[in-house]
Amino acid sequence: MTALAEGRATAPARRRRPFKWGPVGRAIGLIVIVLMFLGPIVWMVLASFKYNVQIYDSSKAIFFEPTLDNYGTVFDPRRGNYLVYIWNSFFIAFMATALSLVLAVPAAYAMSRFVMNKSATVVLLARIIPGVSLLVPWYYIFAQLKMTGSYLPLILSHMFVSLPLILYIMMSFFDQLPEELEESAQVDGLTPISAFFRITLPLSVPGIATATILSFIFSWNNFMFALVLSGPATKTLPVAIFDFIGYASIDWGALMAASVVVTTPIMLIALFTQRYIVSGLTAGATKG
Amino acid sequence: MTAVQNRAELPARERLSRWANKHRKWLFAGPSMAFVALLLVVPLAWTLILSLTDSRRSVRRDFDFIGFENYLEALTDTERFWPSVGRTFAFTGGALFFELVLGMIIALLLWKPFRGQGVVRTIVLLPLVATPVAVGMMWRLLFEPNIGFVNEMLSWFGIPAQPWLADPSTSLATLTFVDIWQWTPMVALILLAGLTSLSDEPQEAARIDGANAWQRFWYVTVPLMRPVIIAAVLLRGIDALKTFDILYATKGKGGGAFNDVETLNVYAYGLSFDYNEYGLASAVLILFFLMILAVIWVLQMQRKAKS
Repeated sequence: MTALAEGRATAPARRRRPFKWGPVGRAIGLIVIVLMFLGPIVWMVLASFKYNVQIYDSSKAIFFEPTLDNYGTVFDPRRGNYLVYIWNSFFIAFMATALSLVLAVPAAYAMSRFVMNKSATVVLLARIIPGVSLLVPWYYIFAQLKMTGSYLPLILSHMFVSLPLILYIMMSFFDQLPEELEESAQVDGLTPISAFFRITLPLSVPGIATATILSFIFSWNNFMFALVLSGPATKTLPVAIFDFIGYASIDWGALMAASVVVTTPIMLIALFTQRYIVSGLTAGATKG
Repeated sequence: MTAVQNRAELPARERLSRWANKHRKWLFAGPSMAFVALLLVVPLAWTLILSLTDSRRSVRRDFDFIGFENYLEALTDTERFWPSVGRTFAFTGGALFFELVLGMIIALLLWKPFRGQGVVRTIVLLPLVATPVAVGMMWRLLFEPNIGFVNEMLSWFGIPAQPWLADPSTSLATLTFVDIWQWTPMVALILLAGLTSLSDEPQEAARIDGANAWQRFWYVTVPLMRPVIIAAVLLRGIDALKTFDILYATKGKGGGAFNDVETLNVYAYGLSFDYNEYGLASAVLILFFLMILAVIWVLQMQRKAKS
C-alpha cells in the first residue's frame, strides 16, 4: 500500500525545460492543416476569377485583376442552361431527402425500438453494394416504363442513397432517446402511434436536422447515378461540369467557375450547420 | 364484459387505429423495407442472372445461359480484371493507411481546446462536403504538369516538374493522394468524437505510473479507441473500394488511355455502359460485391474479437 503510494509519488519527476517544443509543434501542425485543406480550395476559387492567360502565368498566382468572364461562360444560355441544372440538383436533392425522411424516420424508430437488426442489415446493404450493379437493371426498368429523361428515376436513385443514410443516423439517434417519455404518454392515454408523432417526433428535431442536411449534401454531390439516368433536361450540376472539358483542350477558368458553382452552396450549408454534420458523420461510429 | 360488447360496436376509425397500433412495427418499417427491396433486391437478383448469360449490346436482346463462363473469363483475365483488382486494393489500402495516420494526428491536435479551434474545425470539414467531381477537377488543375501549382511549388525547392496524373506510373498514387485530401477529415472527425468520449482516468493512471506521451498514446489511447478505429476503417474502406467520381473526373472513361487508374468499379462501369458487355459486367460486379463483403466480414470479426 505504502510502496504503491511512494511509487506514484516519485514517478512523475518532471524536469523543467527552458523551452517547450509541444506548443510550437502543435501550432505548426495546425497551420499545415489549415494550408493543406484550405489552400487548394482557395486556389480553385482564385482561378475561377482569372482569364486563362492569368492561370497560365505563375507571376499572377495571387495578385491579378479579377474577371467574371468565366461565370459569364458558365451561365451563357448558348452553352446550355446552367440555371436549370442548379434547379435540377436542388429539386432532386430536396425531393429525395423529403421522401426518404417520410419513409426512413418511422422505420428507424421501429427498428430501434423493436431491435430489428436483421431488417436494418438489409437496408444497410444498400450502402455497401456497388452502385454500378444496380444501374443496368434500373436503366432497363425505367426505359420500359418510359420514364428516362424525367425526374423520377433520379429522385428514386438518390433516395437509394438518402434512405439508408437517414435510417442509419436516426436509428442511432432513437437508440439514445429515452423511452420513458413515450411510455408515460401512453399511460396518459395516447396510442403508441400518436405517442410517436406527438412526443418522440418533436424531440427528434436535432436528429432529423442532421439527417436532412447530410442527405441533401450526399444527394447534391452524387455523380454516378445522374451520369447514367439523367437526360439533357434533367442534368445535375456534377454532370454538367463535364461540359467544360473538350476533346482537345480544357477551358480551365470556366471549369473552375463551374466547380465553384457546384461546391459553394454545399460549403455554405456546411459553414452554418457544421455541428449537425459532425454529429451525423460520427453517428454510430463511437458506440463501439 | 363491456369490452367484448364494445369491440363489435367500435367505429371503423377506432378499429383501424387499434389495428395500426398493433401492427405499427411493420407499418413503420415496411415502406422502407419495400423500397429497398424493390430497388436493391430485384436488381441484385437481375445482376446475378445476367452474370450467367451472354447478354451484350442491348439488354433487350435475347440471351443464352452460359453457366459460369463469365466468371471464368473474368478470373482468368490478367489484362484488365486482375490489374483492376490490384488497383482497387492498392488505392483503398494506401488511402486508408494515410487517412488513419493523418486523421489520428489531426484528431489529437484538435482534441484539446485552443483559440481558433472552431475555425480550424470548420476548415477541416470543407473537403469532405465538397462535391467529389469538383474536387477532382480542382486537383486536375493543381496537378497540371505545365500550369499546375504543385509543380510550381516543387520548383521553389529545385525539384523538377512531375507529370502526376498524366503518367500511368504516377496517376494512381496521385489520385490516392486526392482521396486522402478529401477523406482524412472524415476519419479525423470520427476519431475526434471517439477521443472526446474517452474518460480521463486511464490517461491519468498511466501518467502517474510514469508513462511518457508516446506510451500513453500507444498503450492506453489506441487500445481504448480500437472499436472507433475499426468503425472508421469500415465506413471509409467501403467507400474507398467503390471510389468512382474523382477517377472519372480526372482520367475519364476506362481509367485513362492506359487504364492506369481503372479500379473494379470503373472497369465494371465501362463494361456496362461503354462496351455494353452486360453478362461479363455482372460477373465482375458480383465478384466485386463478394470482395467487399469479405472485407467487411474480416473487419467485423476484428471488431468482435476483443469486445
